[in-house]
Amino acid sequence: MVVCERIPPWKCGDCQRFTGGGRGGCGRLPRHTPSSEIIEALADLKGDLPLHVEWSVNEKVALEVAAGASWTDARAAATMKHVGLNVAADPFMTLAYLGVGAGLMVICADDPFCHSSQNEQDSRRYAEFAAIPCLDPADPKEAKEMAVYGFELSEKFNVPVMLRPTTRVSHARADVDASEARPRRGRQQFIKNPARRVVLPVHARPLHTELLKKQAAIEEALQSAPWNRLELKGDAGIIASGLSGLYAEEAIQDLDLDVSFLRIGAYPAPSRMIRQLLENVSRVMVVEELEPVVEEQVERLARKVNPAVEILGKIGSIPREGELDFLVVRNAVARMLGRAEKPALRVAAAEKILPPRPPALCPGCSHRATYYAMRKAFGKKAIYPSDIGCYTMAIGMGTVDTCLCMGASITLASGIRFGGETEGICCSLGDSTFLHAGMTGLLNAAYNKARITVTILDNSSTAMTGHQPNPGTGMTATGESTVQVSLEALAKALGAGLVETVDPYDLDKAIECFQKAKEFPGLSVVIARQPCVIKARRGEAGRKSFAVGEDCAGCQICVDFGCSAIEFENERARINALCTGCGVCAKICPSAAIQEVRR
Amino acid sequence: MKTSECDIVIVGVGGQGVILISDVIGRAAVKAGKPVRGAETHGMAQRGGSVINHTRIGCRFSPMVSSGGADVLLALEPAEALRFAHFLSPEGVALVNTTAVLPVTVTTGKSRYPALQEILAPLREICKTVAPMDAIAIAKQAGTAQAMNVVMLGALSRYIPLSEDLLLAALAEVVPPRYLEANKKAFALGKAEVE
Repeated sequence: MVVCERIPPWKCGDCQRFTGGGRGGCGRLPRHTPSSEIIEALADLKGDLPLHVEWSVNEKVALEVAAGASWTDARAAATMKHVGLNVAADPFMTLAYLGVGAGLMVICADDPFCHSSQNEQDSRRYAEFAAIPCLDPADPKEAKEMAVYGFELSEKFNVPVMLRPTTRVSHARADVDASEARPRRGRQQFIKNPARRVVLPVHARPLHTELLKKQAAIEEALQSAPWNRLELKGDAGIIASGLSGLYAEEAIQDLDLDVSFLRIGAYPAPSRMIRQLLENVSRVMVVEELEPVVEEQVERLARKVNPAVEILGKIGSIPREGELDFLVVRNAVARMLGRAEKPALRVAAAEKILPPRPPALCPGCSHRATYYAMRKAFGKKAIYPSDIGCYTMAIGMGTVDTCLCMGASITLASGIRFGGETEGICCSLGDSTFLHAGMTGLLNAAYNKARITVTILDNSSTAMTGHQPNPGTGMTATGESTVQVSLEALAKALGAGLVETVDPYDLDKAIECFQKAKEFPGLSVVIARQPCVIKARRGEAGRKSFAVGEDCAGCQICVDFGCSAIEFENERARINALCTGCGVCAKICPSAAIQEVRR
Repeated sequence: MKTSECDIVIVGVGGQGVILISDVIGRAAVKAGKPVRGAETHGMAQRGGSVINHTRIGCRFSPMVSSGGADVLLALEPAEALRFAHFLSPEGVALVNTTAVLPVTVTTGKSRYPALQEILAPLREICKTVAPMDAIAIAKQAGTAQAMNVVMLGALSRYIPLSEDLLLAALAEVVPPRYLEANKKAFALGKAEVE
């Protein structure tokens, strides 16, 4: 159970979602995800509650651990972002057949506009595909209430339930009353029941039938869920889902409209309410972010109920890609009703004179040194598949040729070799990404004799998402010490022929190490190890200082290195206050003009 | 029909304390019993990128301020003020800290950072009031340059429907006790700056 009084009322949407919770809680958060605060908030509560909280190594693992807990009669949730659900898709699809013990929730944070993600897939499609209910909160308050409701719904219908916040819900704050608590004490016992826990074909077939039969009852129950609301007035209608419901409500108030309005927050979408609306309007606009999930259902129902109704949506009114906002929705509604649009303001000067401010590797980041050494050894023509993490921001260094999904650097590198590429191939991925989905790729590369070099950028942290621990750090989500796996031993066990570890700040040795890996006639692994500079700086005293002396020739080699602690002014380099003292620029300066100085 | 009592857009660069300002406003609004919404995107902030936060006081809709809808644009960095100027309402107020934080594109000589006047002139065309201030110098007067964001919060307090008492009570909840006095002073100096 979870006690909620501990959660203050003005908080991230993410942190609000535990109030219905049970014993479980597993998460896997690749990159700077819109769901990382959930596990961190739960980890803080752990001392007071009978709660297991973990960072699982990947999303498939997280969902399976949560399912096991659910089957032991403990409420459980696995949290991930939308692309993580792809990793967890295997257990996700079949769990819908097998069902739950205590309530089981999959919290899947979608990211329209790819604020921090590699795609903007719509997880409502996944819920529909698996035939499980999906709760689509518009704000943190709804997210909190849906978490409570979702566990009960899961238990009532014996299916997992998806909670699907989008970025503007996950990373929103609002006044929320978090005081409600629903303690629930489970049996803490796994009950054997092969017909519902062993998915042999002979069991799967009737379970599939059962799952399909439940759908009508689930939909009926959701008709009365508080997040599906219908108001009939006027000949024009608006149907809006999730966050779009708030944009639509604001548009209705802004334009002072009398329109029929259906807000949808729970799926399967409420057919009866949609029918009622369609019977009462001559045209309707469907407002939803990303996929036309509701719109397709509206079209199907309209054919039966009111074929003459005009349906406006993804074609011509509401974009199918990116985020919606109030203005987009307001203007679409205004167009439908012949009202004046409000143009979005554009500021020409901003577009013309402002310098770009892209996110970049931190000053002193060791990834920059690793990539510099890698490129020195492998050269310009080599192929550099990379992966998902901070280091993708090194794209300007010429060592990020691919980025697909977590762990794909190694497997793409293998494929590029087997596809016939004869140049050197050196791929790279972080320690956390390697442990997430890189190990199977390395095993595959070894087994199938891929001649590539795999670089593990080991900063001993999951830096991009906020320095979460991983199995390489020797610490759990709740701060307990645990086994610290050795990347060297893992790489050897998975079949790498050469495994070398190097400190990337020791630039000459790092170049030498990459040279050796390049010449190795098989699968080589370079572990470039240096703690994340953000973490290291927090506790560091006595770090070195560097300055540019008189010998600076203005060649800009250090500037091109791309560290934001190095500036170029009046034809000379200068080291600013951001310097962390890594000393790599001093090593690459051909004039030896950058020297250590006393502070 | 108005859909929010006061819409604020707070912008700056990672590490400048944009989120703290929104946090204080949110807590003060909760104390005042007003519905409040806030949103920002995370992750890239500490990597030197632009940061934007939306805060809406007395609002029950989405947390996002619309283009042309901000009653106040609070900019902790001048270039970022212009970058997000399209959020300003014609009746709005732009409060701008004048100390630049140079992006890596400028320090490496690839782009030019505009002069302050080039930034302020278009802002003045968009909205009624533009108040530039050297918030870092003011924060130093209060005892620490780190309190620059609280100087800006003090200036902002003139334009938002929340009492100073509640804002200071909320501030006390989020800054460490030993820095509270300096922060209160920074708040007062910031407020005096826009008198």
